[in-house]
Amino acid sequence: MMSEDRHKKAVDELYHIANDIYTQIEKGKIPKMELPLRSKKNIQFAPRKGVWKYGNMKGVRSAKKLNGAYMLLRTMYMLEFIKDMIKENKSSTLREMYYISEGWDLAKFGSQDESNNLAEDLEIVTTCMREDFKLRPEEDGARIIGNLTLQETNRKGVKKKLNCRDDVGDSGYSVPYNVEEEKIKFLDTDAKFIIAIETGGMFDRLVENGFDEDYDAIVLHLKGQPARSTRRLMKRLNEEMGLPILVFTDCDPWSFRIFSSIAFGAIKTAHISEYLATPAAQYIGITTSDILNYDLPTDTLNSQDVKALKSELTDPRFKDRFWRDEIELMLKINKKAEQQALAKYGLGFVTDTYLPEKLAELGIAKK
Amino acid sequence: MGRATAESLAKKQKEISIGEFFQANKQILGFDSLTRSLITAVKEGVDNSLDACEEAGILPDIYVEVAYAAKTDFKIIIEDNGPGIVKRQIPNVFGRLLYGSRFHSIRQSRGQQGIGISAVVMYGQLSTGKPTYIISKTEKEEVAHWMKLVLNTKKNRAEVIEEDFKVWDDKEHGTRVEVFVQGRYIAGKQSILEYLKGTAIVNPHAEITFKDPNGEITEFHRVTEELPHITREIKPHPKGIELGHFINMAKASKHRRMIAFMTDEFSRVSPRVAREILENADVREKQSPRTLSIEDARAVLKAIDKVKIMAPQTDCLSPIGETLIKKGLRNVLAGLKPKFYAPPVTRDPKVYSGHPFQIEVGMVYGGELPKDRPVEILRFANRVPLLYQQGSDVITNAIARVDWRRYGLEQRGGKGIPYGPAVILVHVASTQIPFTSEAKDAIANIKVIEGEIERALRLCARRLKTHLGKSAKKAKNKEKFDIVQQLLPEIAKKSASIVGKPVPKLGKTITNIMNVIWVNDNVEFEKNRHRVSIDIYNYTSTGKKLNLHAEMPTKGLNEKKIVPMPSEINGEKVTWKLKKIPSTEVINVSFEYTGLGEDELGDIELFVSEINPAIVIGAEPLPGDWDLDEKARQSLFDFDEEEELAELEEAEEEEENGDVDYDEATEVIDDE
Repeated sequence: MMSEDRHKKAVDELYHIANDIYTQIEKGKIPKMELPLRSKKNIQFAPRKGVWKYGNMKGVRSAKKLNGAYMLLRTMYMLEFIKDMIKENKSSTLREMYYISEGWDLAKFGSQDESNNLAEDLEIVTTCMREDFKLRPEEDGARIIGNLTLQETNRKGVKKKLNCRDDVGDSGYSVPYNVEEEKIKFLDTDAKFIIAIETGGMFDRLVENGFDEDYDAIVLHLKGQPARSTRRLMKRLNEEMGLPILVFTDCDPWSFRIFSSIAFGAIKTAHISEYLATPAAQYIGITTSDILNYDLPTDTLNSQDVKALKSELTDPRFKDRFWRDEIELMLKINKKAEQQALAKYGLGFVTDTYLPEKLAELGIAKK
Repeated sequence: MGRATAESLAKKQKEISIGEFFQANKQILGFDSLTRSLITAVKEGVDNSLDACEEAGILPDIYVEVAYAAKTDFKIIIEDNGPGIVKRQIPNVFGRLLYGSRFHSIRQSRGQQGIGISAVVMYGQLSTGKPTYIISKTEKEEVAHWMKLVLNTKKNRAEVIEEDFKVWDDKEHGTRVEVFVQGRYIAGKQSILEYLKGTAIVNPHAEITFKDPNGEITEFHRVTEELPHITREIKPHPKGIELGHFINMAKASKHRRMIAFMTDEFSRVSPRVAREILENADVREKQSPRTLSIEDARAVLKAIDKVKIMAPQTDCLSPIGETLIKKGLRNVLAGLKPKFYAPPVTRDPKVYSGHPFQIEVGMVYGGELPKDRPVEILRFANRVPLLYQQGSDVITNAIARVDWRRYGLEQRGGKGIPYGPAVILVHVASTQIPFTSEAKDAIANIKVIEGEIERALRLCARRLKTHLGKSAKKAKNKEKFDIVQQLLPEIAKKSASIVGKPVPKLGKTITNIMNVIWVNDNVEFEKNRHRVSIDIYNYTSTGKKLNLHAEMPTKGLNEKKIVPMPSEINGEKVTWKLKKIPSTEVINVSFEYTGLGEDELGDIELFVSEINPAIVIGAEPLPGDWDLDEKARQSLFDFDEEEELAELEEAEEEEENGDVDYDEATEVIDDE
């Protein structure tokens, strides 16, 4: 769909929401909105797409409750705001919208999480994307180093060709928030896989050790939980360039969630999992068994960690054997480890020994 | 040493004076420790003053001072505005044990045996060697009498050492006692301050000022001008009278025939009732009471149990009353900011061993009261706080028997003293409080009394629970109020503007959300003027008519500026018979106070009547003791709280219609 059409569709859909509320009040009913429940109880595996999507459980946001009434009022304000932006051909960041709500009197948001969530609610109800609403995230995309040549259309509309190893500085190529084809085209690569890394420290270690060149790898820094654009970019690289995605994180419950949002689809964005998730992504480590096998330095799990692990045990996305064993083992040994724990055996250990061994285990070509 | 003979023993046998007996047994009168002695001394003096004032129909102003004298000696001053004591009686009242006007009468009073104040004088003299100083003035006399006296413990007589006339500034009448006692001053749970606090709660008509040994002054202000009604003496009630007591009365009777004895010397026994009793007991009407056999006496007592006899008159008792218990609690406990004052319970009088008694219970909940400690129990007997021996008191036992878990307090195994942020007040009023000892620390465990206390506790606890339920409902409704007043109109306006249509009418949606009558009061203060505005919103789907009642201070009230005109003003009680309020409309009632300081305006309590109270938020159902006559008081027990509760719960259930709240069901999503 052309972007003009998409904006028109968005305006229509938003009008429907407002009209629905209006009609309910006109009929003397208590206005309400129905939305799919965004919880782990309500996500289902969609076999055709290989990702996890929302199921059929619905929740109601009703003006009968104070919270619901506030959210409905905010919805009205947000609809009006989006409508005006589309009309005036402006756009705003999510953070800007949060601050704009300061002027919305009663409808002002309590936190940016609230406004972000409401924007997602609107995506779900309208089946539009927030870009269609002229809303965009702050720049929090990944950075990449590796032999990948791509073409980016820059802010002046000029198409720029660049190589993510030779044309960038030490901090790599920075992924913009829009990574759709109209913005980025992949031209060429000789890489055999992408290694997506949770922490900046480990990304820099691999770069310094020359891992990308030694192993024909594209090294990618996830920056914790990866932004939508990062996940979308990985999916495109996987599907269009045939590059396996290998996820390399700390060994703790939160890192498992990073992997699940890359490979299975995040609960928060389950309405667009087919755009964002890469079902073929693989987890390279650090696994709980690595802690034992490599005798890594560890920390004891805190109560939040234990709670998160237990919650993962009831998460349908983690129900396969591998994850179940990992989670249960972690609970049993009551330990977690950071990626940097590998430095116990020297700075070269991760690139000389650990990763080659893990790559061999996964059957990815060794040098 | 030779053996004692009857003769040698006889030489040693002589009468022990009451004074000597007391000296040897002072612990039974409450002088067993230094701390305790000081409290007892204050307590006896204050009780005496309150009794004297009430009997004379005077609103008590009592000044209490405790000051360090020397080492462990204290000077206690108790001054009242009572009727005063005529000169010749002063030595008897203060210097003679067992001298009193109340021992022989059957009616409720604080002191009874005439031991109290003279025991203080005696203890003071024995422990410090100092005399007691009395000043007293009656209304008729020009000047006061001043006396310095000691007690002759052998003769049980006072010896006046010095006396004089004294000009007492501005004092029309009253008595001042200055006594020196050995003691120890402490703060805490069993202290003079606690005793006075308790006294102030159950005597809201008294003004009490206390100066402690450090010079700090605590004032308990009068919150009602209403004196406890003067109790009347009555004859014993036949129900529950003990055999020995009955036989003694029969033997001492001036009557020649049982029928006359029964009719004349007992209360609530008419000739018809007496005849029925005697017939039942198979005792002749003409039988002389003086020669009544023990068997016949037993038969009469048995028959008394079977025959229906009217409950004893209530005018020999002086309950505090539901309104005043609440006022008293509010007055003294306001510092702890309790959230709820459960409507107190005053039970009908009952009888034990021929003595009428009456139970009252009040409860306070929440606020800054400690949550993790046992509830505080305030025990009172004839308006006197009981500070000691809590464990062996019938009140404590009755509290421990109630399953408080049903009423929202913690209690292990459903027995024992409950835990939670609550204060429980229990007042036992009786013509004869069955204390466990002369020290009057605790009330004996008498089954009927325990049962009555238990019933009163349950009733009050249920009111508390209703109250809590309502309060939660009110908070919930406050939210709804915000929804319909602020949010819904905005939602309607915005949606209309987006779709480009006129703003829709909200009436039906509003009644759908609220479905209550909402009473909202607001006080504004500006330039010496309190403006009270009460909005009554009808958020139900039909027009509603109701009466609004306010219990409000009259001081500073501008009666001409009450809008609309009340249909009745009766002292602090004001009633409006409001006109019908159409659905979704509001009626306003407003009035003004002038000349009061910002914090001087007392509480305004709102009530409604002639409408189902379950649908009213922000005002209570009109209490039964609104008009304090007997009939109205009885009707208090007519309205069924259980039914009311059930209605409330039903209304709440209707609200839940199975929708899952989106914003509450969605867990914190943190995977992106």
